[in-house]
Order: sequence, then C-alpha cells, then structure tokens
Amino acid sequence: MKQYIELAINGLSYDVVISPEDLLIDVMRQQLGLTGTKKGCGQGDCGTCTVLIDGKRALACLTLAIACQGRAIETIEGLEDEGRLDTIQEAFVDEGAVQCGFCTPGMIMSAKALLDENPNPTRAEIKRGLAGNLCRCTGYIRIFDAVEEAARRRQAQSGKGGE
Amino acid sequence: MLEQNRDFKVIGRSVPRVNGADKVRGKAIFTDDMFLPGMVYGRIKHATVAHGKIKSINFEKALELPGVLAVITGTECPKPFSINNYKPTELPLAVDKVVYFGEGVAAVAAKDEKTAERALDLIEVEYEELPFFLDPREAMGQDEQRIHPWAENNLNYEGNQHFGDVDNSLEHSHAVVENNFYSSYTNCGFLEPQSALADFNPGKGLLTLYTCNQLPHYLQHTLARTLEMPMEKIRVVIPTVGGAFGGKTEATPSMLVASLLSRKIGRPVKITYTRKEVFFQNKSRHPCHMLMKMGFDAKGRITAVDFDNILDGGAHSSWGFVVLWFVAALTHLPYKIPNVRYRGRRIYTNKPSTGAQRCLGGVQVRICVESLLDQGASALGISPCDIRMINAVESGYKTPTVVEVRHAEFKKCLQSVTARSGFREKYGKLPFGRGIGMAGGHYSTGGAFLLYPSYRPHSTANIRIDNESGVTVFIGATNIGQGSNTVICQMAAEMLGVDYRNVHLVCQDTMLAPMDNGTYDSRLTYGAGHAVKNAALDVRAKLFETTSALLGVRKEHLECGDGEIFSVFEPEKRVSFQKAVYQHLSSVGALFGTGEYTPPQPKGDYEGKLIGPSPAFGFTAQVVEIEIDIDTGQIKVLGYWEAGDCGKALNPMAVEGQVHGAISMGLGAALFEEMVMDSNGAMLNPNFHDYKMPTTMDMPEIDSEIVDSYDPTSAFGNKEVGEGPVGPVIPAFLNAVYDAIGVRFTEVPLKPEKILQALGKIKGPGDIPLYVAQGPARCGKEE
Repeated sequence: MKQYIELAINGLSYDVVISPEDLLIDVMRQQLGLTGTKKGCGQGDCGTCTVLIDGKRALACLTLAIACQGRAIETIEGLEDEGRLDTIQEAFVDEGAVQCGFCTPGMIMSAKALLDENPNPTRAEIKRGLAGNLCRCTGYIRIFDAVEEAARRRQAQSGKGGE
Repeated sequence: MLEQNRDFKVIGRSVPRVNGADKVRGKAIFTDDMFLPGMVYGRIKHATVAHGKIKSINFEKALELPGVLAVITGTECPKPFSINNYKPTELPLAVDKVVYFGEGVAAVAAKDEKTAERALDLIEVEYEELPFFLDPREAMGQDEQRIHPWAENNLNYEGNQHFGDVDNSLEHSHAVVENNFYSSYTNCGFLEPQSALADFNPGKGLLTLYTCNQLPHYLQHTLARTLEMPMEKIRVVIPTVGGAFGGKTEATPSMLVASLLSRKIGRPVKITYTRKEVFFQNKSRHPCHMLMKMGFDAKGRITAVDFDNILDGGAHSSWGFVVLWFVAALTHLPYKIPNVRYRGRRIYTNKPSTGAQRCLGGVQVRICVESLLDQGASALGISPCDIRMINAVESGYKTPTVVEVRHAEFKKCLQSVTARSGFREKYGKLPFGRGIGMAGGHYSTGGAFLLYPSYRPHSTANIRIDNESGVTVFIGATNIGQGSNTVICQMAAEMLGVDYRNVHLVCQDTMLAPMDNGTYDSRLTYGAGHAVKNAALDVRAKLFETTSALLGVRKEHLECGDGEIFSVFEPEKRVSFQKAVYQHLSSVGALFGTGEYTPPQPKGDYEGKLIGPSPAFGFTAQVVEIEIDIDTGQIKVLGYWEAGDCGKALNPMAVEGQVHGAISMGLGAALFEEMVMDSNGAMLNPNFHDYKMPTTMDMPEIDSEIVDSYDPTSAFGNKEVGEGPVGPVIPAFLNAVYDAIGVRFTEVPLKPEKILQALGKIKGPGDIPLYVAQGPARCGKEE
C-alpha cells in the first residue's frame, strides 16, 4: 500500500509516495536525486550510506523511509554553506584523506557526528568514532589526520566567534 | 631547458586532488548515481549449484509480470569472452551448464528494481548436478570430470621456465631451505559495487556503456567482439570509479547483459551489483599452492630458486595466463638470483573466478621468497636484514630473464627501515610473544604486453590550447581513485607553466580520448608522464615559435612559468601565456600538440617473455613489530615501518596514501581476509560482515618514508608506487610471528585459532573453547 509522506532533508521538505518497505537510501537516491549518499553493501556493514537523523548517525540502507517522518535528516549535500565547504570537507581535501571518494560522504558524516559530540577527540576516539565506516583505499591514516585537523579548525573558528 | 632533477614547480608538491572537492561534496558522479531518461533496471538470476547442466529455464511467468520489459537467457549471446580472448570461457549468461555457484543464468529488465527482483523469483531453473571441485589439487588430473569440455585434466594453462642450472646449483649450495606456501582467496573489496548503464541508440546503432572499469578501451574491444558490433559503434564512458584494485579490469557479465537488454528493448538499462554479486563475480587474487626451494652459498648469496606453483583459477580463464607468468617474472627481483626454475599450472575449479588484485603475482611470490630468506638467514647464522642487503639489486642489474633494472634504490629502502625500526636491536631479543619481521618487495611499472595484439602506442596524450578553454589534455588514462588525474594535471601544468587547477582533462571516454592500454600493472603514471611531456614539448615548440617573433628572442631561450612565457637570459622579455596563445591562434591557427609512449620491447627468447619486463621498477622494504596475546591468539601491531623507492614522488601526499592503502590491503590478507566455500560450493561469506576487511580499529599507524630517488628514464623521474607495497606485508607478519613464538606459518590469514593451535592450546580450528552461559539464556535488555 503506497503512502504519501514528507521527508525533511537538509532543511528542505520533500513530498514522496512510498511503500512501507522502501529504504531511506533508495528513496533519496532514486526518487529525490540525492545521490551523494552511497550504497556500498546494502547490509549495514560498510557505512557508505551514513546520514544524520536528528543529529545522530544512521545507516540509510537499514532505515525505512516511512520511519523518518517528522525527523530532520542531514546528508553530505547539506554540509556546505552556499557553495563553501564545511570545515570537515575542507580538511579531508587538504589532508589527502580522499582517494576514490566512495566512502567519503559516509565517512564525513560520521566525522561530523563525532565532532558534534566531542569537539576535541583523541586519536583513539577518532578511530572508535569512525569504526563503522570502511575505506579500502587510504588505510585510514590520512582520514584520522583530517579529522584532527578539522577539530583544530573548528576550535579556531569558534574561538574567533567568541571574541 | 628541461633537465633531470630540475627545480620543479608543481611536480613533487603535495597539492590537493583536482576532484577532491567534488568527492567531499557528494557531487562526484559514480555510475550508479546516473539516471537517464526512460531508463529501466536490470537484474540477474544466479545459479544455485556449483556445477550442473541446465535442464530447463522457464521464464514465462516472469515475462507476464506487469512492468517486466524483457527476459533473456544465455542463448541470446552464446559468445564466450576473456582477457585478450585467450581461451575464452565466460559468457554473459551461462549456456547449457553452470560452472560455479552464483553464475548468471537469466536476466530481466523491468520498470524498477523491485519488479525486476520479483521477476527473478518467477524464473524456474532446473539443474542436473555434476561433481564439483573446490581445490585445484583435487581438480587437476581429473580428466573424466572436466569443468570445461576442452580443458584436459582441468588445466587452464601450464608454463615452464628454466634459467641457468637449478639442480646443479642447489646440489652445490652451502645451505638449501624449502617450504610449502599458500596464499589465500581474497577479494579486492572496492566499496563501489560494479554498476553498468547501457544506452543503445537504435537510430544511430550506437551503444554507450557507462561503467566503472580500469581498461575502457579493452572493455570496448570485448563488447565489440562479444556483441558482434563494430568498435566505432561502441562508446565506453567511465564515470568516477569507487576503487578497483585490479578487480575492475575485466568486463563483468552485467556489462554485457545490460548492453544486450538495452539493445533488445531500445531503452537505457542499469544493472548495479549487490555486494553478494560482487563476491560472486570476484576476479580477485589467485590463491596459489606453492613449493619453493632456495639455495645459498656460504656468504649468504642466493644460488638458485626452484619454484612450483599451482594456481587456483576458479571457474573461468580471466587473467589466468598473465598471472601465471607474472608470478614467474616477479621472482627475479628485488634480489639477485642467478638460477631460477619455474613450473606454473593454472587449474579450473568450481569457484568464483580469480583474476587481478593489486600487486598481482607479487603477493604470492613474496610470501615464499621472504620466508625462505629468513629461513636461510637462520640456517647461515646471519641477520634477516643482512641477508637482504647481500642479495639486493642495484641500478644496472640484469636478471637472467634479460630484464635490465635501469634504476634501483632498494638498498636505501632496506637500510632505512632497518635503522628506523631498530631491527638489529630487537630481532631475536624480544620477550616471548613479541616479534619483529622484515620483508622487501618491488613491482613493475607497466610492461611490453599490450592488451590488443598490435604495436600501437601504449599511452597517447593530445593537448589543445586556446583562449576559450585554456589548456585541455585528452588522454586515455582512467582514474580509479589512485590520483592519476591530479598528477596528469600537475605534469601538464609543470610543462606549460600554468596552474594545475586550470588544466582540463578529457579522459575515461573512448570516443573523446585516445587509446590507452589501461590502468593496471602500475603503468599509468609512467606512460602518461612520457605522453604528456611529449605532447607538451610538441605544443611548446609551436607556441615558442610564435612567441619568439613576438618578443624578439631566440625560441630555444624561451621557458614558461607562472602563466608567462619568458626568455631565460633576458627575463624582462616576457609575455603572458594567454597573450602568446592569442597571438598564435590569430597568426598561425589552431594550437595542438601530441605525444605518445611505448615501453621497450622485451629481450631474450623464452616462454612467457612478454609478461613481466618493464621499463622501471619501484621498490619497498617493510618491518612490522607485533605482540601476540598468548591466551587469545590475537596479533597486535606495535609498529610498522616502510621505506619506498618510487623515483621522484610526483605528489608525496598521494604517494603516502598509496603506501598506506597498500599496507592496509596486505594487512587484511595477512590477518583476516578469506572467502570461504561451504560443502555445496556456495560462498559462506559474500558480504562485508563475514569477509573481514581492516577497519579503523585494525589499522596501525605507519611510519613511511620516500627515499631520495630519481629515475632518469622516466619523464619526471617517477615510477611505480601503488602495488609493490602490498607484497611484503604478509611475509613481514609471517617472519614476525616466527620471531615472536618460534612457529613458522606458511599460509594466511593468521587467524587466532591457528596461532592457538600452533601454541598447543587447542587441537584444531574447531576446538575453540566455547563460552557456556550460566543459567537460562537471557533475552532483551540487560538490567
């Protein structure tokens, strides 16, 4: 039985008609053209489909779209501000944390959730925070560096903001 | 004006990737991100037996399902394919029989994925099961039970080489060591599943295939041959590729099936594999059963190697004969071995086919050579680092296979990791359970082997310059995540004195970019370097001709940099690059340059000589220090050191990323990764839950160093980096485990149960003490 629902993604409200079994990843990618979120395994193992729902990490390939009504979904497309990269996105480019780029959107969303909760994580906390996101290209080390750099830049920015 | 080791402006700098911003914004387009008008979805039905005759396929009900546009079976295109069309066995969809669990038997096109999946369920296939083989040692010699009717004894290919006199040398050696080794059945594990979007245009008779593949021109060739269409009516476009590692070098059945479906219904058809289908398609590393003997003289110099290798090919031909010869070729470096005998046999089994995986052939041979070096060092009473230095090759070394190593800094790599890791102070002296291990490695930088049998250039670059588009490089290079687009822009920018971020690249499109041999064998950057440099020299000569008249200086005095063209002797005489181009276009006309590169032809006269010879070789040395938990059998990495000779590092940050990634892949194979088959021949773990790749928690910090190096044969001094560093990882671990607990493992992965068994703590892998719950089982939330 198809249903009409509203999904709030990156501050915009989308009207969609879905079946109750439709997954958030498929609705976003196939109906809404939000292809930044990737589908690497469809089984919740790889983390490429990581999004934030009400600020908490979620795997869009294991999340029913119908369960997202009335909740705020944030995807990789929502990070930049009027074409300007978010601090984490910028640090990933500058630190060479991106190779093929397929894990990157999910990895950045996990990093964002981590830094939102813990603005100054240790290296071990970064590793734990990103443990649900696989990357086959980088060996992760430059990703850890990028998250550390992003944390530094965020703190420098908030320091300036407070002055 | 271009001299060796000149002061490069863009080359050698850790600049960010040209497509980095797109990737972090989620704006890089991968194949599955594409949706064309009128597009429908394709799905493939897979065999549920490992080996069987197809008695019947009934798809009437599927065809009647509303929303289904077409159903096809193997009879639609019964034309087998393989790499270079050598002993082709694989079909878009199986005909008459299936040879592995998961092989495609039918396919549907439907308005959406759900309908396509429902249709698959309505297709009924009846099989008559046949005996099947999962181990090549059992399959070989079974002539009565052939997997492919023409393949006697299930032998795909046999190759033999003998250089020098191995028997005599071993007989007269001071010490001889030997062992049996096994390299495991691993998967490339790229995160982007293969996706194929075929768009057949009936009006033009043109097929456009968008897909993630490393060798677009070769894929175009395979499509033409298999679909019986002229190449000029096929266009292959490669959107962003989400990792490949060798596993995307071949045409997948889905690419052919999507093309067949699109041609049949006249609409674009997209087939994206599920992760399970990626494992079924596999085409990753060949597991090898290897026996190697190595002799030494009294000074520790290797006298001879005798090597017998049985390769598990899985069900199809794939890269089989290439891998078989690559293993042989990679035996000859990075140590001097005067006498070498090789016997390779690739055997068909009823498993997902093996093919190419990063450091193809090198991973297998390094396991044997580096383990035996440590065994030999122990027998001779010398240190593992010394035995490697004694045998290490230098620039100018010529192998018995008549391959000249024109440039090598391998000894620097060995010295660097030995010193930085404190190897001498630690080896043999750490407490029980802790150990340190060393291994060396190398890889070729492209070879003389061309995928099309012809003598055309392996790499070609065309450069167009005008005021409308600036500098545009047309090149057949495929970026698979390794960063080739960035270094190609750096090269063009270096030569033309413009900002690398302003260079446009037209690549990954067989209609727009010139033919290229593809992204494999770490050939791309070396070949592209020469081609881009030659094209830039060609276009500079034309532009400098005009500029010399404009400035009134001799053209051979001109150089370009920072967006200007200037005289190196009269620096006040200068003009902006843009203005010079404007003048040229107005006075002469269009401004184009072209350049190409083909590696030298192989020398010598022996079987298999086309595979392995290379214009350049990268080198690497690695040390790992580990601690084994004696109670759980788990291995913890305490330190990892690497030193690499990649020639001039074009982009050190990207080089480091390649090294880290290579070590991560090696570490996965050393400790966790293995595809496991059940007794019915079905894969038990075709998913990332049970096929364990390294996570953030498994990856140690890596202390890597790029040794000072410049290969004068290379356009910018650069050579291989992306593959070689995978090779030493496994044997470094094997050697470290020996140092830690005195047990020499000869196979991977080094699972905890194997360690515990070796320590005598359990009887075998099945004998793991289980936790027995006390009291009734608890459900729900813990209090």
